[in-house]
Amino acid sequence: MADSVYLDYAATSPLDGRVLEAMLPHLQGLRGNASSLHAPGAASHEAIEAARESVAALIGASPGDITFTGGGTESDNLAVLGLARANPEKRHIVVSPVEHAAVRESVRHLEQEGYEVTRLGVDGHGIVDPEELERALRPDTAFVAVMWANNEVGTVEPVEELARICIEKGVPLHADAVQAAGRVPLDVGRVPVSTLALSSHKIYGPQGVGALYVREGVKLEPVIFGGGQEKGLRSGTENLAGIAGFGAAARFAAEEFEERTRHEKELRDRIVEGVTTIPGVRLNGHPEMRLPNNVHLTVEGVESESLVLFLDALGYAIGRGSACASSGHKASPVLLAMGQGEREAFSAVRITVGKDNTSEEIDGFLEAFSRAVEQLRELSPLQTS
Amino acid sequence: MPGETSPIYLDNNATTPLEGRVLETMLPYLKENFGNPSSSTHAYGWTAEAAVDVAREELAATVGASPEEIFFTSGATEADNWALSGTLRPGDHLVISATEHEAILETAGHLERSGIRVTVLPVDRFGMVRPEDLRDALEPETKLVSVMLANNETGTINPIRELAEVAHERSVPFHTDAAQALGKIPVDVEDLGVDLMSLSAHKCYGPKGVGALYIRRRPRRVRPEPLLYGGGQEWGLRSGTLNVPGIVGFGRAAALTAGSLPEEGERLRKLRDSLWRGISSRIPGARLNGHPERRLPNTLNVSFPGVRAGDLLAEMPEVAASAGSACASASPEPSHVLRAMGLEEDVTLSSIRLSLGRFTTQDEVEKAVKHLARSASMLRASIT
Repeated sequence: MADSVYLDYAATSPLDGRVLEAMLPHLQGLRGNASSLHAPGAASHEAIEAARESVAALIGASPGDITFTGGGTESDNLAVLGLARANPEKRHIVVSPVEHAAVRESVRHLEQEGYEVTRLGVDGHGIVDPEELERALRPDTAFVAVMWANNEVGTVEPVEELARICIEKGVPLHADAVQAAGRVPLDVGRVPVSTLALSSHKIYGPQGVGALYVREGVKLEPVIFGGGQEKGLRSGTENLAGIAGFGAAARFAAEEFEERTRHEKELRDRIVEGVTTIPGVRLNGHPEMRLPNNVHLTVEGVESESLVLFLDALGYAIGRGSACASSGHKASPVLLAMGQGEREAFSAVRITVGKDNTSEEIDGFLEAFSRAVEQLRELSPLQTS
Repeated sequence: MPGETSPIYLDNNATTPLEGRVLETMLPYLKENFGNPSSSTHAYGWTAEAAVDVAREELAATVGASPEEIFFTSGATEADNWALSGTLRPGDHLVISATEHEAILETAGHLERSGIRVTVLPVDRFGMVRPEDLRDALEPETKLVSVMLANNETGTINPIRELAEVAHERSVPFHTDAAQALGKIPVDVEDLGVDLMSLSAHKCYGPKGVGALYIRRRPRRVRPEPLLYGGGQEWGLRSGTLNVPGIVGFGRAAALTAGSLPEEGERLRKLRDSLWRGISSRIPGARLNGHPERRLPNTLNVSFPGVRAGDLLAEMPEVAASAGSACASASPEPSHVLRAMGLEEDVTLSSIRLSLGRFTTQDEVEKAVKHLARSASMLRASIT
């Protein structure tokens, strides 16, 4: 299976061989529980603190503001549930309509508990309007959640402007930066977000580890209680190898940022240029304010389900919508919020490239893609409008 | 395993080294098989999903459960939090024991602040919960009982089956934290009769950062609400991209421990008893804490009256052990477990936990006895 060309980096990315090297010492031999006081425990503690520095450096944060979690979803839950529960007198939440399920569903849970939720609109490119956000804020707004970059269509939100509006009104802003990390510059020194969610496995690190940046002074209630690890904000024995791997992945993401994003942009633009020559294929999301690795397409007259499976058979692994929503048969809420109809939404595919893709692979993909679209349109009962 | 300079590792209840065969099983999923099991559109995703299915079957078989009763989490702490927070609502009543792990105690404390009443059951001098105490504590509003299978500090094994029966007589679901028990004693959900059970990989030679919650289906007495919301993985009950290499490692680790259990348990018991014989014959006043028989075969909790545990551990860097549990080891507070067993504070503060593992040898046990005897007598001499 592993010989097919992987073009689904937004779902997960392969572990960088250098990251695995950084993890192996913590998977082999005797490494203690980082909370233990003896020598193996102390070595674990040092490895975790080194990783914390690398993750902090990727987003311009202080290491002390980084909390390691079990992944991006947990980080989002900790921010959403934690911000709400730390300010129980505030019962209003403002959220964008294009959030990842981890934010969308945790906010929905709070709504079921009685919170009032204002869902902002987005324009046809998926961008939140700062003025609309400003109008939505109230004295009892507990927090705002707007993702840094969208996982489906790749649109990058004007987070800096949004964060400034929030800070002026004294409302914390949570930004899910799981897709943005390593792909757009993130600097919490300049952009006054209160919390920011990160994931390791989207930046060539291991699965099962993430982080939440929490600005100094921002109060959060934990979601997971216990031994008091991570300064009491996230209990549970630290995932030592995972954290060390995340640290290494973050370090490489920062060091190779220019090179990777330039490479990804080049491949992305070749794909966009190639596929949009096919009639009835158009790019979703913002043409410029988008992730350097994301191509999200509507392919008229073709069902995305058939297209992705056809391409898999031809040796190209791409995504339907977001990976988490893949098994659901609901139209993507992101596309609906952008004003698309149900039918269009079921004709959408996502191609996301990574640092290891080559231009030869993209050439092959473009050929396979046009062949697949052509053949499916011949078979399909759906007609090109 | 440990080189010349590594200390003798007698802290296997804090964490265990990853077994080499487990790492071998994980490696393909750290390399070419890197897919996200939620990616239903291509072979990378399908391969990952199939690997998770195998691990789920392995873990389920180890504990006598069905695969669809196993829900993977980031660890036992998350599983404990989920079991409690997912089951209880304001106005409900929760019963736990006094010797629970912090993951239960702290979660119960949090729930108490949100309007849930909590009764903490006492334990006897061996650290065991008495079924009659549970019977007396149950109320019409009791929605969950949580008592650990084996204690992390003393190794004492609770009579879970009897306790669960008492709860079930009143139709109250029963949760047990089996993180310390898995791999050390047989853990079977049918024998135990529990409805919910927390498990951890890194206490049984699997990787850190992965655990599971068992949720009984037949009969289903409880279905916890999610703790984490999102993409709807694990049948909508636990969202978040699955940690495939971790889960694969957990499945393999569980299968390996199940396969070696009766012999390995016996081997550990002999080593541990030889450790205790050495200590009791060479260190006057040494006292065993926990149940003499109903105890994990690898765990030895000993008090050395007149010696502070922290000083003792610092005096012998050649031995890696702990004072109480790993989580609490940074805090100078006396162990809540030993206190609940009625030990006096100075005895509590003089207690250390020695927990043996798969890689512990008789030679290490003998050396550890020497280090302990030397350090204890040195410290006692310096006091007088």
